[in-house]
Amino acid sequence: MSTVTTPTPESGGLAPDAAVTPAKGIGAKKLPIIFGVMTALLAVVLLRSSHAGDTTFQLAADTDFVTLPDIVVPSGPTAWVMVVLCLALTAEAVRRMLAHTRQPVWVPIAFAVAWMTGFLSWAAADERIRLVSLFAGAVALAIPLVFGALGGVLGERAGVVNIAIEGQLLFGAFAAAVTASLTGSPWAGLVAAMVAGALIALILGLFAITYFVDQVIVGVVLNVLVVGLTNFMFRQVLAPNSDTLNSPDRFSAMPIPILGDIPLIGPVLFRQTPLVYVLYVVVALVAYALYRTRWGLRVRAVGEHPKAADTVGIKVNRTRYRTILLAGAIAGMGGAYFSLVSVAGFNREMTGGAGYIALAAVIFGKWDPIRATLAALLFGFASNLQGVLSAIGSPVPSQFMLMLPYLVTIFAVAGLVGRSRPPAADGVPYRQQ
Amino acid sequence: MRLVLRGITKRFGSVVANDSISLSVEPGEIHCLLGENGAGKSTLMNVLYGLYKADEGEIELDGEVQHFTGPGDAMAAGIGMVHQHFMLIPVFSVAENVMLGNETTGFAGTLDLDASRARVTEISDRFGFHVDPDALVEDLPVGVQQRVEIIKALSRDAELLVFDEPTAVLTPQETDELMEIMRQLKEAGKAIVFITHKLREVRAVADRITVIRLGKVVGEAEPTASNAELASMMVGRPVELTVHKDAPTLGADALVVKDLRVTDLAGHRQVDGLSFTIRAGEVLCVAGVQGNGQTELTEALLGLQDDVSGSITLDGEELVGRSTRRILDAGVGFIPEDRQVDGLVPNFTIAENLMLNRSFKSPFVKNGSLRLGALREFAQKKLKEYDVRARDIDSLAANLSGGNQQKVVVARELSRELRLLVAAQPTRGVDVGSIEFIHKQIVATRDSGIPVLVVSTELDEVVALADRIMVLYRGRVVGIVPADTPRETLGLMMTGERPKDLKDVAS
Repeated sequence: MSTVTTPTPESGGLAPDAAVTPAKGIGAKKLPIIFGVMTALLAVVLLRSSHAGDTTFQLAADTDFVTLPDIVVPSGPTAWVMVVLCLALTAEAVRRMLAHTRQPVWVPIAFAVAWMTGFLSWAAADERIRLVSLFAGAVALAIPLVFGALGGVLGERAGVVNIAIEGQLLFGAFAAAVTASLTGSPWAGLVAAMVAGALIALILGLFAITYFVDQVIVGVVLNVLVVGLTNFMFRQVLAPNSDTLNSPDRFSAMPIPILGDIPLIGPVLFRQTPLVYVLYVVVALVAYALYRTRWGLRVRAVGEHPKAADTVGIKVNRTRYRTILLAGAIAGMGGAYFSLVSVAGFNREMTGGAGYIALAAVIFGKWDPIRATLAALLFGFASNLQGVLSAIGSPVPSQFMLMLPYLVTIFAVAGLVGRSRPPAADGVPYRQQ
Repeated sequence: MRLVLRGITKRFGSVVANDSISLSVEPGEIHCLLGENGAGKSTLMNVLYGLYKADEGEIELDGEVQHFTGPGDAMAAGIGMVHQHFMLIPVFSVAENVMLGNETTGFAGTLDLDASRARVTEISDRFGFHVDPDALVEDLPVGVQQRVEIIKALSRDAELLVFDEPTAVLTPQETDELMEIMRQLKEAGKAIVFITHKLREVRAVADRITVIRLGKVVGEAEPTASNAELASMMVGRPVELTVHKDAPTLGADALVVKDLRVTDLAGHRQVDGLSFTIRAGEVLCVAGVQGNGQTELTEALLGLQDDVSGSITLDGEELVGRSTRRILDAGVGFIPEDRQVDGLVPNFTIAENLMLNRSFKSPFVKNGSLRLGALREFAQKKLKEYDVRARDIDSLAANLSGGNQQKVVVARELSRELRLLVAAQPTRGVDVGSIEFIHKQIVATRDSGIPVLVVSTELDEVVALADRIMVLYRGRVVGIVPADTPRETLGLMMTGERPKDLKDVAS
């Protein structure tokens, strides 16, 4: 990893003339390596199976008031141009690494765009990529991830590690389906999902805050518990009575006038279900409240240095309880996506590990609500790309495509985060004397 | 504000930390609480501050009995505390730290940061603190962080200020400045409680002195009392405050360090071109404010740092590049600066801790198995020899007092054939009796012809032990000076300034 010679025990005698490198950023080295590997991967794929034909990128949706034209490009040449562009960006990253300057944000972004364009023009040769549905689908798939990640960010900022996001999503999905079926209102289902998420958070808090049990263990146990519980209830109660208990009305898409008609952005962001609009509000509120209000200052204080908070009269454990209950409610809302938006009705283990990806988004987003939201959107994009590509029958095996979201998660968390610092008292219970 | 404590008793399980303590503090007065580490001073103040609940006794402010359920109540009543370990949030700005728990807010709980900034600036100007309200606390020097703590208390209109061991982390200059601040606060009519175990400081600022030993008030003393009188009240028997040592019998150059550079994981050069020599039978003390490369220097000597260049030779053998185990086997003894983290395994018994540096071969290991009999015998002997106060050798290290823990570390390190002793902060958080004992051991080691490197941030200790003093600042040597260099000069050097007429002494 490092270019610095580590003295070996065998050398015994004289010290190696280790060239001591001056200040080095940790992220600075990873970037060129990742770029190089990705570029090589793309080039290899192109060499092994090149496709003739054109790739069509469709920008327009049906109802825009200005219709953007399709972009048609020759598949192979475009992909190769992008490889060259990627190489250039890799060279730039290497140059910056050698010159010990910071890697600015635009470098990875430009690389990602170039690489993705190259990959898509290869994978969709002779096909049509609907960019609007690619992005709109990404937003939709990211809903539970963003809600879950916000719940995670809040909990951890207050010093409670919330591994139970998965359980909160699943229990939220279950409660939403049943309540919406009984009342006939998806909004009632959403409220029930929040209560369900908060309930899981309450159990987490009871063990983690009051009884000092290891938070990671409690979280994992809660996830398993919710899987068992909902499976049991599904089989014993929901399945036999699916007409009354498991056939909720879905949230249907609700385009926002004017905003929804903007080309590209409109259909992606503003022709979604109401749950997405709730999400926008929640993201904004959490980000504002965490940094700009008394409540947020106290939550962060409790997560960084609980004793200091205690000495200025803040009730540490009460603050933590309140925060994780709120966090649970927010994560629970994400659960409603599965049974009220994605499909109508609950099914066994329908969250499929989304809670863990949300957890990854928390870390990738450096415990910041906005960054975590962006991370969750990235993961949502990876999931949707998988769906889109297998639909148009891309040459990549579908099993590999199914791995994609998780692969992106691992790479993101392992490599790209750079220096990130969790709240200092994250996961540490506070005991008063 | 007038504070009266009456018969405060606080027990932790079977331990009585405070035994019916009574004292009073008047406005415009600096009242010193003097006592050893573990005498119960901090416990008493935590009771006063509402962090602990007293089992018996009363707290009275201006004639009214108080019932605090938490620090919030104490603060509301006008008590401010400057904690030994600062109660500041490192990633928050000064203004955020000062307002925390006492926030002025606008619409819907929105923070009014401007109000807090103004408050910080106002208090800072009034007392000449020079604190930037927007600086992040983690970027500030320790002395300034302490002022933030004071501002925090003053911004809540505290009338009684408690300083809990405030000078432990300060340079001599910062200490002098703090004394000045305390006098200013006193002039402003505040009542001040000053907790310390340092006699020099007590005599400099105290109006009245109360001495506490083993949880009890053992008496009051006048600021005119001599150091020896105060020390014997504090410890309960006459103590030797000066270390008796003869002139060193110097041998050949033993430890030779040349152009040592250490870079930490974040890429910062922590030790930057150090060169020095220690002769056999000599104590070289490293002085300097904490965090100026001392930790990295000692760890580099022990092979615990990864990124090291330069040369360290011990009796002509190169140590750089050797594994820690081979350095230990070469006869280097190491008393680490934090015994809780690096010196001991808290959940091991005393006996187990005593064999940590010889866990591979004889005398305690044979054919891969522990020789428990030999270990027990050794441990029993050392327990007596080093006067470790514990029930038996099977007591857990975690259950010992700081002084006794440190004696276990010292016993382990001095119980083999040594060719070099590296002692980092050997008496930090250790009671006076144990300090005396450990200092004697270090001098005895020197007298047996072993080179000794002592790192200490306590100037008293440096002056007491050193044959020569090396002052570090930002990883570089400011100067290597004789042991009788005036404290003022040393204090100045610790801030990185090198007096013009200074001459380095070679060994």
